[in-house]
Amino acid sequence: MIEFSNVYFDYPQGQPALRDINLSIKVGELVAILGGNGAGKSTLVRHINGLLKPTRGTVTVFGRDTRKASVAEISRRVGIVFQSPDHQLFAETVEKEIDFALRNFGTTPQFRHDRIRDVLDFFDLEMYRSSSPLKLSSGEKKRLSIASIMAWDPDILILDEPTVAQDALQQDKLKELVRLWTNEGRTVVIVSHDLEFLWGLVPRLIVLSDGGVVADGKTDELLTKEELVQGESLLKPQLLDVAIRLGCTAPSPSFQNVSDAANWILKARK
Amino acid sequence: MPAIVFDRYGFTYAGATRPSLEEISLTIEEGETVLLAGSSGSGKSTLLRSLNGLIPHMYPGKTVGTVRVNGFDVSTTSTTELATKIGFLFQNPENQIFMFSVRRDVAFGPENLGLPREQIRSRVEEALVLMNITELADRAPHELSEGQKQRVALAGVLAMRPKILVLDEPLSLLDPKTAVMLVELLSDIKRRMSLTLLIVEHRLELLANLLDRMVVLHHGTILGDGPLRDIIVSDRIKAAGVRIPAVVRLGGILEKNGLGFDSSPISPDELVAQLGDVGVD
Repeated sequence: MIEFSNVYFDYPQGQPALRDINLSIKVGELVAILGGNGAGKSTLVRHINGLLKPTRGTVTVFGRDTRKASVAEISRRVGIVFQSPDHQLFAETVEKEIDFALRNFGTTPQFRHDRIRDVLDFFDLEMYRSSSPLKLSSGEKKRLSIASIMAWDPDILILDEPTVAQDALQQDKLKELVRLWTNEGRTVVIVSHDLEFLWGLVPRLIVLSDGGVVADGKTDELLTKEELVQGESLLKPQLLDVAIRLGCTAPSPSFQNVSDAANWILKARK
Repeated sequence: MPAIVFDRYGFTYAGATRPSLEEISLTIEEGETVLLAGSSGSGKSTLLRSLNGLIPHMYPGKTVGTVRVNGFDVSTTSTTELATKIGFLFQNPENQIFMFSVRRDVAFGPENLGLPREQIRSRVEEALVLMNITELADRAPHELSEGQKQRVALAGVLAMRPKILVLDEPLSLLDPKTAVMLVELLSDIKRRMSLTLLIVEHRLELLANLLDRMVVLHHGTILGDGPLRDIIVSDRIKAAGVRIPAVVRLGGILEKNGLGFDSSPISPDELVAQLGDVGVD
């Protein structure tokens, strides 16, 4: 459904940002993109909704070549939540922010009313319905930017650093939301440094370095490759670290969450 | 003299029906490294704004009690004066870097203090060396990586020679390697400049070795205050929306199931070592 074939991208000043990217993401997949600052993660996901077009090679989304489709056309099916909410929020009120895309996509007043109510409720933003987005805290702005994308049900949801400024409660909600979303057969792509958040949630990782894909595979398999972890400066999730050091040969599923990990350790002790 | 004292201090924003901070008392001694934790709406931002003078000088509202920074009452001290005592590093360095070159950016604060040219130059050079960015001095900040921008912003803060440094989610936009490097850098400058550090950060697992103490805010009150190890393992802070590292939660479950640890583990190293002692290896 999302296909990158020999994709290169250079910024207008000439710096190369992506080189020879080949990858495929299927409908209903949940994938995380990792890599150091400046590795090309945000540049890559901006190709999925057509904001950036490849300098060479092709990106197709639902079979459409992004160079031949307008951003508006792709955006109907691909929602992207930017790293910085300030790049996304512009309306006078929280309600209007969420309503903006719903109106543009021509949804009915009743649908808009219900959907705005639902997402405000889910993201604990109802109390700010009539407030200016600029008055929200950074965590609340991030939630609003996610809410305003989720409201129109894109088939593909891209979250760029979604855990920044979110407390534990909001991070748990975000996990729940991502699970719900993928259970419905939608596709979620998460860009994040936060492996503690991703562990136990995301089954596939794509690791970028210097604009190229250096690894693509199952989360537990990639993170147990010491050479990759050291070379790409990844920090193993704590549960995986403990599992490896205790000699657990199957961290997934045994150490996917703290309850399972505790059960494994208690059994190992007996 | 303590670095920071909140004495029965409370603040209610103009138009709000409830106080954002409710008469808290909190003393942070010189040289301490304190983590300030709490969920959205717990009062963290209000507390930070009350330290650099944005409250009450910029945000109208009702104040009770006092806040003192290095002995100076924040309500009667200008924000310019406060900026020489307490420095802030924000989550996104782009919010505090705006000049055309790194050197000019680092010089901005000292220039605004009206210092003699030679002093400005020596402060800038010292801050560039401390942050190990001398080779970036003539570069444009927008060309730099996130980690480099963070160091430029920190150099600009340090050039003001504050004794207290407040860091608001300094690691959130950094990849793990850069985040670990920043933590090491903070540890180094804290020692060399005898700084007091107050840090807001959700990724506790990266900071555990740096911190002396943890203060947990919840609905504008202090829910927990003490050594990191004592606070992080207490059940009370779960209600406060603090992200507790996985290994701490795992250790808690194991202890409830009869594994007796000498002290509650707060890192994978500690957990694995103690599991060896209780028969798991």
